[in-house]
Amino acid sequence: MTGTDEGGDLPTESRVNDFAFRVATVNGTGSASANGLILKAIHRMGVPVSGKNVFPSNIQGLPTWYELRVNRKGHLARTPKFDLIVAMNPSTYAVDVAEVQPGGWILYDDSWPLSKTLIRSDVTYLSVPFARLCVDKFAGSRERVLMKNIAYAGALGALIGLDMDIVRGLLEETFSRKKALLESNYVAVKMGYDYARTHLDCPLPIQLDKMEPDSRHILMDGNTSIALGCIYAGATVGAWYPITPATSVMDNFTMLCKRFRTDPDGSKRFAILQAEDELAAAGIVVGAGWMGARAFTSTAGPGIDLMCEFIGLAYYAEVPCVFFDIQRTGPSTGMPTRTQQADLLSVAYASHGDTKHIALFPADPEECFRLTVEAFDLAERFQTPVFVVSDLDIGMNDWRIPRMTWDDDYFWDRGKVLDEAELAELDSFSRYLDVDGDGIAARTLPGVSAKGAYFLRGSGHDKHGEYAESEDGYQEVVDRLVRKLETAKSALPDPVIERREGASALLVCLGSSDGACREAIDLLGSRGLVLDLLRVRAFPFSRDVEELLAEHEIIFVVDQNRDGQFRSLLVNETGIEKSKLRSVRHYSGTPLSAVHVIKEVLPVLDSHLDHTAEASLSAHPADLLGSRV
Amino acid sequence: MTSITKPRIRIPKLDRNALGLTRMDYEGSMSTLCAGCGHDSITAALTHAFFELALPPHRAVKLSGIGCSSKTTAYFLSQAHGFNGVHGRMPAVASGANAAHQELTYIGISGDGDSLSIGLGQLCHAIRRNVNMLYVLENNGVYGLTKGQFSASSDVGSKSKKGEPNQDGPIDPVAMALTLGATFVARSFSGDKEQLVPIMMAGLRHRGFAFVDVLSPCVTFNDHEGSTKSYTFIRKSNSEVVGTGFVPIQEQISTQYEPGSVRPVTVHDGTTLYLRKVDASYDPTDRSMAYAYLKEHQDRGEIATGLLYIQEDSADLHAREKTVATPLRDLTFESLCPGAAALEDLMDEYI
Repeated sequence: MTGTDEGGDLPTESRVNDFAFRVATVNGTGSASANGLILKAIHRMGVPVSGKNVFPSNIQGLPTWYELRVNRKGHLARTPKFDLIVAMNPSTYAVDVAEVQPGGWILYDDSWPLSKTLIRSDVTYLSVPFARLCVDKFAGSRERVLMKNIAYAGALGALIGLDMDIVRGLLEETFSRKKALLESNYVAVKMGYDYARTHLDCPLPIQLDKMEPDSRHILMDGNTSIALGCIYAGATVGAWYPITPATSVMDNFTMLCKRFRTDPDGSKRFAILQAEDELAAAGIVVGAGWMGARAFTSTAGPGIDLMCEFIGLAYYAEVPCVFFDIQRTGPSTGMPTRTQQADLLSVAYASHGDTKHIALFPADPEECFRLTVEAFDLAERFQTPVFVVSDLDIGMNDWRIPRMTWDDDYFWDRGKVLDEAELAELDSFSRYLDVDGDGIAARTLPGVSAKGAYFLRGSGHDKHGEYAESEDGYQEVVDRLVRKLETAKSALPDPVIERREGASALLVCLGSSDGACREAIDLLGSRGLVLDLLRVRAFPFSRDVEELLAEHEIIFVVDQNRDGQFRSLLVNETGIEKSKLRSVRHYSGTPLSAVHVIKEVLPVLDSHLDHTAEASLSAHPADLLGSRV
Repeated sequence: MTSITKPRIRIPKLDRNALGLTRMDYEGSMSTLCAGCGHDSITAALTHAFFELALPPHRAVKLSGIGCSSKTTAYFLSQAHGFNGVHGRMPAVASGANAAHQELTYIGISGDGDSLSIGLGQLCHAIRRNVNMLYVLENNGVYGLTKGQFSASSDVGSKSKKGEPNQDGPIDPVAMALTLGATFVARSFSGDKEQLVPIMMAGLRHRGFAFVDVLSPCVTFNDHEGSTKSYTFIRKSNSEVVGTGFVPIQEQISTQYEPGSVRPVTVHDGTTLYLRKVDASYDPTDRSMAYAYLKEHQDRGEIATGLLYIQEDSADLHAREKTVATPLRDLTFESLCPGAAALEDLMDEYI
C-alpha cells in the first residue's frame, strides 16, 4: 500500500479482499484455535485466504505468530507486509508495532496502558480491554487466558467484517459434543465482536466481502494430504521417529487408517511402527519394501542424515521404499519450526558411493497428494528409494487448494515382480539381470518359491546377485543402475512450463516457491516485464528442463537455501553454463514471498534489457516493492 | 562376503523328514569361515533344527548384519530369501519384513559387534516389539573381520591374542534380554550340539522374539589361553541349568524323568517343550529366578546355559498391532484404496 504519508489511502474498494494481518500471541494459550477459526471463516466466505504459522520450538510460553493473507486474485504466498497487527503478547509489542505498514492498524489489549515508546504516529491504534472483559466474564484463570484469545477473533471479526453466522456455525462444528465449551467460546467471540462494534470504527478499509460460496476449494495442510496419498496408494507399513515438521504425516496417516483401514472387529490393514530412531525407521521401511509391502517413512533433514546408510543399501540392492522429507531450517538442528528447501543436495545424492535418487517436489498440498501416489508407483516400478520433498510451509500450514478427486480406474503399478507361475517358466532366476533392456531387473518376493530365492546384499554383487569382487561383475550392475535412472527420467512428473509472448527471462523454481514466483511474474508482467516460468517437479531432471534452460539467456533460479542448492543441481546435471544461472535465494526461515523474488530479479532485468518498454522504465524496485505483495 | 556353491553329492538313503526333504535341502553355499569356527557348528545346528521341524525352506527368511556371523546366512537354506544388510541394523529390517508378512519363519543371525555395539539399540527395540523371530547372537568376544579387536562382550581381564587384557566391562546379552522383557531367552555353546539343536527348534516354534546367545569361539583371534571365549574356557565353565527336549504335537514323551525334574511348556501352536531341569527348584517361567541364577553362576565363574526363560503366551508384534490375518503385502488394492466416493465425502470435512 502507499502510505498515508503520501497524502491519502488507496481507493477503498482496492482494500476489499486484499490485505494481510498478523496475530502475535503466546504459544500454548489457545490462539491456534482462534486463528484456525478466523482462517476457516474467511475461507467459507468464499474469499481466497492463506494462514502461515510462525511458531517457536516450544510447548508453552514463547511468542508465536500467525499470518493471514486475503487476496481476491488468489495470490496466497507469504507477504511480509502487514496492514494490521493483533498484538496480544506484550513481550513482542516492540517487534509487532514495528512490523505494521504505515497507515495500518494495531489492535491491542488496553487492560494495561501501552508504553509511550511504542507509539507510532503513522498507524492507528485500536484498543480492546480483552483481559479485563474476560476477568469480568469468566471464572477460572485458565479459561480467562483461553477466552481472551477467542475474544480477539470476535473483535477482528467486527473490524474486517467476518460473517458471524459462519463463525457461529464453525464453533458448533468444533464443539458439537461439548455444549458447555461451545457456549463459552461463543460468549467470548460475541464479547469481542460487540465491544469492537460499540467502541471502534467498524469495519476498517481492509475488509472482507463475501464472494461466490466456494465448495470447489478446501483448506488442508500438506502433511495431511501426504497421509491421504499414502492411504490411496495402498501403503501398508509406516515407520517413523517423531520429528518436527514431519510428525503430523504419521499422525494423519494413523487417523486416516483408523477410518479407512480398520475392520469392524478392530483388525487393521496397516502397521505403524514408531522406531527407536531414524536409522531403524529406514530399516523397517526397507525390510517391508523388500517383503513386498508399500512402505514409507516421514522425516526431516536430521532424519535423512541418519537414514543415509539404508538409503544407499536400498539404492544398490534395489528395494522400493518411499521417504517423505518435510524440510526445515538447517544446518544441524537449525530452526526446527522454520521452513527452507535446504535438503535438496543431501536427498539427491544421499549416502556414500555413487548414488542418485528420484525426488519429487510438490508445490502445495494438492500436489502432495498426487505425487505421493506417484512416488509409490515409481518406487516399485524402478525398485529404488523415492523421495517426496516437501517443506514446513507446505506441510504444516493450511493451504487453499482445489478439492482432491480420485479416478477409480487407477490401479497401482507394482513393477516387475515374478510370481510362482512366471518363475516356473524360467530356466533359472537371476535377480539383477536386465532382460528387457530398460535397466530394470525383475524381482521376487520372499516366501513365494524356492526358485525365486536370492540373497540380497549391500556388498558388491553381480547380475545374478552373487557376491562379486570382479571388475566386470561389479561394474555391470552399477552401470545398469545408471540406465535404470535414465529410463525413469521419462516416467517422472513433467515440469510445469509456462511460456509467455515476449518473455525476456526465465524464472526457475521448485516446490513451495511456486506461489511467490507466480505472484512476482504477475507483478512484473503488469509493468511490462515478461518472464517464462519453469517449475521443476522431479529429479533427475527431464530433457524438457534442459531444453528450456538452453532457450533463455537470462535465467533466475529460485532457492530457499543459502547456497543455491537447486542451482547447483541444475549445473551438475544439465549442460547449462554455470554463469547463465542467476541465483535468487531466500533462507531466513520464513516462506518465500514475491518481494524476495522481485528484489533480486528487477535490478538484473533493468540493467540487461533496453528500456524501450515503457513499463520497464517505471518498474523501479521501490515502486514494485511498495505495492502490497 | 564370499560364497562358494556347494557341490551336490548324491548320498543314497539319507533320512527324509515329513516333507520328504533331506538335510541337504536345508543347506546353503560353502562356508568361507576359518576351519574350526564355532559359527559353522551353529549353521549346522540350524540346518538340523529346520530339517527336524520339517519347515519348507522357501518359507524361511534369513536376515543378518555385517561381520563373520552375519556371513553365515549364506551357508544354510539356499532355497530361502536372504537379506544381508548394514552393520547392526538387521533387527529393523526384520521388524519391517515381519510387519509385511507374519506367516514366514524369520531367522536373524548376528554377532557381538553387530548386536552389542553398533546395533545394541536395534536389538533392544526388536526385543521390546517382540518381533516373531529366532535371533541368534553368535558370540565370540572379538571382531574377526577387522582382525582381533575386543568386542562389547569381552570379559574384563580376558586377554587378546597379543596378551593385552580387556578393561571395559562386558555387556551380557542374556541378562540384558531378560531385563528388557524378552519372551524367550537361551544361552548355549556352539560346541554342544545336543543342547543347541533343541534350543533352536524351540526358538523357531516360539511365537515372539526368541533370543539365543551362542558362545562361539573364534579359532583365529580368540581361542588362546587367557581368553574367556575359548573352547577350553567355555567347556570348563559351562553349567547347564535347563536342558530342552522337543516333542512335536501329538507325540508322547517316552523317556522317564525323575518327578519334578521335567517342566512341560506348551508353545502357541500346541507343541510341547520338555524342559529338563538340573536343579529341581528352577522355574524357567520365572524371569527373576532366571536372572538370579545367571548372576549366581557368573559370580562363581560359571556360564549358565540352556533355555533359561520362556514366556508361554506372549503377544508378538502382529498381535499387538492387531493386523489382519492376511499378510499386509498380499492385501489387494481394492481392500486398501477407499476410492473416489470416500474422498469426495472426506473433502467436505475440509471446506
